[in-house]
Amino acid sequence: MNNFTYTPTNSAKEAIRLRRETPAATYVAGATTLLDMMKVNLVEYPQLIDINALPLTGIEQTTDGLRIGALERMSDVGEHRLVVAQYPAVSESLLLAASAQLRNMASIGGNLLQRTRCGYFRDAAFPCNKRVPGSGCPAQHGDNHGLAILGTSEACIAQTYPGDLSVALLAFDAVLTLENAKGKQRRVPITSFYVLPGQTPHQENILEPGELIVAVTIPAAEHARRSTYLKVRERTSYAYALASAAVGLDVQAGTIRSARVALGGVGTIPWRSPEAEKILTGAPATDETFRAAATAALRGAQPREHNGYKVQLAQNTLVRALQKVATT
Amino acid sequence: MTDFSAFEPSKGGVVGQPVNRVDGHAKVTGQAQYAAEYALPNLTYAALKTSSIAKGRIKSIDPAAALREPGVLAVFTHENLPKMAQTPNTLAGKYAIYGMHMAFMPLTGNEIFYSAQPVAVVVADTFERATQAAALVQVTYEQARPVASYQSANAEVFDPNGQGYVFDLKKVVRGNPQASLAASAVQVKATYVHPINHHNPMEPGATIAHWEAPDRVTVYDSTQAVAMSQSSLATILGLPQEQVRVVTKFIGGGFGCKFNLWPHTVLATLAAKAVGRPVKLVLTRQQMFTSLGHREDQEQTITLGATKEGKLTTLIHEKTSTTSPWDIFAEPNGAILNWLYACPNYQSSHRVARANVMTSTYMRAPGESPGSVAIECGLDELAAKLNLDPLEIRLRNYANLDPGTGQPWSSKGLKECYARGAELFGWGKRNLQPGVTRDGRLLVGWGMATASYPVRPAQGRARVRLYADGHALVQTSATDLGTGTYTVITQVAADALGLPMANVRFELGDSTLPTAPASGSSVAAATVSSSVYLAIQDVWQRLTALAVRDSQSPLFKALPADVVREQDQLVLRTNPSKREKFSALLQRQGLADIEGVGNSKSGEGYEADQIAFDNKPGTKQTKRSMYSFGVHFCEVKVDPDLGTVHVTRWVSVMDGGRILNTKTARSQIIGGSIMGIGAALMEGTNRDEQYARYTNADLAGYHVPINADIPDMQVEFIDGHDPYVNAMGVKGIGEVAMVGTVAAVANAVYHATGKRVRSFPIVPSKVLGSDAV
Ligand SMILES: Cc1cc2nc3c(=O)[nH]c(=O)nc-3n(C[C@H](O)[C@H](O)[C@H](O)COP(=O)(O)OP(=O)(O)OC[C@H]3O[C@@H](n4cnc5c(N)ncnc54)[C@H](O)[C@@H]3O)c2cc1C
Ligand code: SF4
Repeated sequence: MNNFTYTPTNSAKEAIRLRRETPAATYVAGATTLLDMMKVNLVEYPQLIDINALPLTGIEQTTDGLRIGALERMSDVGEHRLVVAQYPAVSESLLLAASAQLRNMASIGGNLLQRTRCGYFRDAAFPCNKRVPGSGCPAQHGDNHGLAILGTSEACIAQTYPGDLSVALLAFDAVLTLENAKGKQRRVPITSFYVLPGQTPHQENILEPGELIVAVTIPAAEHARRSTYLKVRERTSYAYALASAAVGLDVQAGTIRSARVALGGVGTIPWRSPEAEKILTGAPATDETFRAAATAALRGAQPREHNGYKVQLAQNTLVRALQKVATT
Repeated sequence: MTDFSAFEPSKGGVVGQPVNRVDGHAKVTGQAQYAAEYALPNLTYAALKTSSIAKGRIKSIDPAAALREPGVLAVFTHENLPKMAQTPNTLAGKYAIYGMHMAFMPLTGNEIFYSAQPVAVVVADTFERATQAAALVQVTYEQARPVASYQSANAEVFDPNGQGYVFDLKKVVRGNPQASLAASAVQVKATYVHPINHHNPMEPGATIAHWEAPDRVTVYDSTQAVAMSQSSLATILGLPQEQVRVVTKFIGGGFGCKFNLWPHTVLATLAAKAVGRPVKLVLTRQQMFTSLGHREDQEQTITLGATKEGKLTTLIHEKTSTTSPWDIFAEPNGAILNWLYACPNYQSSHRVARANVMTSTYMRAPGESPGSVAIECGLDELAAKLNLDPLEIRLRNYANLDPGTGQPWSSKGLKECYARGAELFGWGKRNLQPGVTRDGRLLVGWGMATASYPVRPAQGRARVRLYADGHALVQTSATDLGTGTYTVITQVAADALGLPMANVRFELGDSTLPTAPASGSSVAAATVSSSVYLAIQDVWQRLTALAVRDSQSPLFKALPADVVREQDQLVLRTNPSKREKFSALLQRQGLADIEGVGNSKSGEGYEADQIAFDNKPGTKQTKRSMYSFGVHFCEVKVDPDLGTVHVTRWVSVMDGGRILNTKTARSQIIGGSIMGIGAALMEGTNRDEQYARYTNADLAGYHVPINADIPDMQVEFIDGHDPYVNAMGVKGIGEVAMVGTVAAVANAVYHATGKRVRSFPIVPSKVLGSDAV
């Protein structure tokens, strides 16, 4: 960990101004992932601007849907009455993540910006295109057991976002409110927030330098109300997903009126599957339909040596999640 | 005073009771001082810089930028590390320094042998400054292609031919295994593959070295072995042993990785001398993967030959594993096969390959734990082939004598363990057919496995000072890994002195105290309790001698042999109305206190001395084989679509001789079983083949079980006292706790799914995939 200065702030304006003054500085919220990366010298910042006192809080009903402040904590959001009632998948994605201690500290904004768990990225002694552009990607022929099978490139096969919340937000068309260095706000659907690795895996999202995540808004929908998040991992809790599925179905008289499908753990970015949604929409809510949707969702998979199992695992996870919401 | 040798439980005594930890309050209130927690004046902080390559040479190392940082006192590299009187680097032969497990010392040359090998030690006035400066040490390397493991294409696998360190790894043959195998009606051959496991105790390796004089040092170190560390350090530093003091009052777990002295402790001690101030060095969690050894990656092939009835005729075990560039170390997996079941023909052999890793080391039941996977899964495969119940096949091969030596057992309650465990678990209701029992979508499987571990020979001393005011101080240099040594020894002393536990203070973890063995090989409770017990017997002998010569004592002129102890009194056996409290005796004698010492032997050797004590010359001595035994039963539920495995029930029944405290003992068994569940289902350190470097070296990447993985566990002990093992009849339970556990889980997974996964850990990809057959 390098030496850095620590500057608490209490307004977005002030935070953004500080960032403008020191472009190499960064924001810190719950610090649950920023500090552990700094401790092993993966990232170095001369200054941490503490945004915890900014008024980016509140969970409130708006005409656009439920608006969640970026500084709300994962545990508070996961347990919030409105979230549980309207977006069970979002609540579950939060409560199945990390550990209770981490969830109590970690913010929603920080969660969206957590970085890959690829073992090569996490150790500065390895080359890694994501960390040091152009240095190479040892995961292609190395330990890729946990890495992605969808949206991969020759430059990177890691999950840019390895977590859970964004997968659920993606399924339900959440919209991010961002505030840029000039103090201007813009709204960006989460579907276009993360960027595929391509040849530039170090570019992970469309956030501009110094831009703040202010809030996340999730539109209300019947398929969101009837939703679930299923996460498969190598221990029962406190582990990242090998595969996960956030699904929502609006089923009327046995027919699926609308469907939402997003997968985690298998894509280089949280993976929405329009292919699966297309098969599901208008079809009967049967195992056969679910299986067909799962096959479609993984059709483009490109496994490497050690992660071929993820094709079947993700399909089965998706089927299981669909079965669960269809019967609730 | 007759009551000399073996401990007898007293009426209303606390030995065996589920007494709460005497150090529990200190621990939960933060009063317990761990090695890194001594706030010495002028304390400085060290940080390690480690190599980014696994093999090659340091071309240049430049500390200038680090030295320019504020607060930095020194940077040590191979170019300026203070000289040692003796270095442990030797490329051939045995350990130059016994307690130094790895025959290599970093910073003694420019060669790099393994990834994350320390290349510099930075000392600064704060932890943060030391850490920052370590990152600023500039190193350039000349890289060579490393060997990652025995499995690598460029690895050379060889037969160590008896040259192994600690465990000689000789080929052992009993009977005629090849011929008997060829003649056996049924044969099973299976290969099990195990990844590297790391101990990952909660408390990392930590040292504070404080030179109190130019030739006298105190080292606060998180070690399981203060006496051995003291003697190893003395050799390295060229000091008389007496001038090196090692202190370890509390340990946050070790599991074997803190048994030996490792380089970081030596580096901190050398640095402290050079900077002239105390130095603290605490390893980071990442460094814990490359500083204190690990359980080596290995594969083992077992071949079983049997009759149609399932009686074993042949056991052949071959193991291949990775060792370091300097040492030949491997866990002796084959050993347990030589005693566990009655089988006339046996063979065990090892092969190793040198790779660019540090030397692997002892990890809970080294040898017995992975070895039990071979025999216990292998036997399960044989039972399945013969359509026999797994418990039944074990009973058919029950060894009434030690098959390896032909000797009788000192005690063996295994049949009772089987019976009680089966009853608690409901084993009788098990469906013989695998893959058919369901709970909704989930497949249910029941597995079991036998546990056994030797009562290893050890000896140690203790001192007891009994005060006339009715309090006692008990001392030995033993350590408490967190397992409950403080508590159980206080119980033993209280009973043997006839005092309440609150009046007894037990002090340990300091090399200035009487020498005790390390907490390792499951000898601590046995040896320390026996030495304390014997020291207290010595006290009573001395008191008796005083009493019979004291004209004012009711016991005046009694024959010492007629004096017995009752609680805190000496009593004349022939006339129990003649009695006296020790406190009264001491006060009258004008003695503030009285001291006794005890030297105990445990395991082999104790028996011989016992015969001498008993004064029975000419008694024909039968050598006994001494082992703890037990059984683990496990239920798993497997999701066949998702590949996830959950342990849903667990029963362990153990024969560990006398159990000193059923609460701390239960915790040991639970802990060992959880470690086994971890090794079976999730633990493994992954290594990149090209870089020979770990890819998951932290606790987010290396999964150990969390609460949600573990069901409520049922543990019972078979009441046992073994008169042949030591004065207390304690056989030890720390390691037998883990033996068999991995196999019990794997066998349950087979029973659930009908598929054998022979590669550990059994993660979802393997349950789903073609790894299973
Ligand atoms: C051991 C471990 C296990 C975990 N397991 C899981 C898991 O299973 N599932 C899962 O989803 N997550 C998991 N996580 C990740 C966890 O959810 C994140 O660490 C957490 O959400 C980050 O939030 P934070 O507030 O602490 O972010 P910080 O660490 O404070 O910041 C993270 C990054 O976000 C930036 N940032 C924070 N807030 C804002 C904002 N409002 N605007 C702009 N930039 C901002 C910071 O500058 C920084 O770059 C795990 C983490 C750990 C350490
Ligand atoms: S997969 Fe991506 S993150 Fe991992 S090593 Fe390759 S480039 Fe780096």
